[in-house]
Amino acid sequence: MDIVYSVLPPQFLSQVLVGLSRTTILFIVASGLSLILGVLRIPNVAHGSLYMIGAFVSYSIAKLFGGGPSSYWWALLITPFVIALISFVVERGVFQFLYEREHLMLLLLTFAFSLVFGDLVKLIWGVEYKSVPVPGAFQGFVPLFGGIPFPLYNLFLLCVGPVVALILWFIVNKTKIGKISRAAAVDREMVGAVGINVSWVFATVFVIGCLLAGLGGVLVAPTVSVTLGMDHTLIIEAFLIVIIGGLGNIWGALLGALIFGLSQSLGILLWPKFGIVIPYLAVVVVLLIKPTGLLKSTW
Amino acid sequence: MLSVNGIDTYYGLSHILFDVSIRVEKGEIVGLLGRNGAGKSTTMRSIMGLTPPKKGEIIFKGEVITGKKPYILFRKGIGYVPDDRRVFADLTVDDNLEIVYRREETWNKERVYSLFPALYEIKNRKAGFLSGGEQQMLTIARALMGSPELLLLDEPTEGLAPLIVKDLEEQILKLKEAGISILLSEQNIKSAMKLVSRAYVIDNGRIKFEGTRAELDENEEIKRRYLMV
Repeated sequence: MDIVYSVLPPQFLSQVLVGLSRTTILFIVASGLSLILGVLRIPNVAHGSLYMIGAFVSYSIAKLFGGGPSSYWWALLITPFVIALISFVVERGVFQFLYEREHLMLLLLTFAFSLVFGDLVKLIWGVEYKSVPVPGAFQGFVPLFGGIPFPLYNLFLLCVGPVVALILWFIVNKTKIGKISRAAAVDREMVGAVGINVSWVFATVFVIGCLLAGLGGVLVAPTVSVTLGMDHTLIIEAFLIVIIGGLGNIWGALLGALIFGLSQSLGILLWPKFGIVIPYLAVVVVLLIKPTGLLKSTW
Repeated sequence: MLSVNGIDTYYGLSHILFDVSIRVEKGEIVGLLGRNGAGKSTTMRSIMGLTPPKKGEIIFKGEVITGKKPYILFRKGIGYVPDDRRVFADLTVDDNLEIVYRREETWNKERVYSLFPALYEIKNRKAGFLSGGEQQMLTIARALMGSPELLLLDEPTEGLAPLIVKDLEEQILKLKEAGISILLSEQNIKSAMKLVSRAYVIDNGRIKFEGTRAELDENEEIKRRYLMV
């Protein structure tokens, strides 16, 4: 082990894991954004709001179930469906009538929604910080890499990431709705002309995408203070990830999230004062080399 | 089976079709002939509901279908094969067939593959990597998966090698034998004459001639003016 540490210091390895657990959150949210962008062609600025609402809803559900160490599991189970329901209502109520509009219109509309959602959150939950309990089994730290303590909950996140990626891969490549949505991403008119009700395909994809935003919100909740404004930071990061990965490409979102998450955590280690800038520098470098994103875009 | 009664269709502000009327009876192949830009594809798109007409009426199996959405029309039994093919490039050949809405079981993958054995050989290839002829077969196969009673074939032989055109003509005749009515648009009058029993000639968005194959064959004036024969 000492030989390994002489090449890769324990602090470095530990920061890699921190970066990867951040990657998990970023990937889950950005893949939902990318899915909606790829299939429905909506640049959904309100995606970050659903992430924030996911965090707040998980706070309320955890409180409803007593706020103890096991209450989080209920929040994890129920919140994504609450977010799915909200997005379903918004899609059927508003978005379904606007798919043919130009992108700038949709950008403004979803931005308006993000403002409305922000104010609703303020009305319902107030402006104070909220904290969500870390689930019982994952409280505390575990010594890793030369004894550096590592939060157990982050290890849990590291396991969730690949599971979500695998489920998404299965839905997109192996299920009928996945295949239909891949076809609709490229030629929605022709999908309609082979008997498929594209409107409901779009609704399903929109709900799945938003459910991912909500899931990201629940998963991040125990590691941060749940607060107003967490939507804005994340939506910017998520859009950058989707852009450097390739619009509409879920594996691009994974790659982008890896670049973003790792450069963030390692940047802090290498250059603490300016660490926060490094992911954005990475984005600039990627876009200089490949302006269309690293993987194939569906646009 | 199909009766198009005096439709007028626009793309935005430009008026494309003027008072177009077409009839297709059960089990026949009807030609819609004309030059590039004459209005053949627009007629097809109007019938399929992709570019709904602003005036006139379309009746399919005794029911007015004007203004209905394309997916509803497909579910009523109209198959559409566009001239620019539009296979789902990102999906495999097999998946292109699989995602189609199944109206009934008359046609299934097995039957479609036995009509186009070449497709079976490449069923796991992505449709975007197929040759023009293979893509054309796939778009017809895809429309067949819905067990259509009426097939709108928009210039199926366009841009294909003569040998492949010959195969395709045989397959289109087989579809007729299977009882499917076909509206076939063509620029290539020689190919169309082998298949159709009646034909319409369209030019500048207006129907200029209507008659049986023999009548068209004898009408040198129409053929010279509108079909460049």
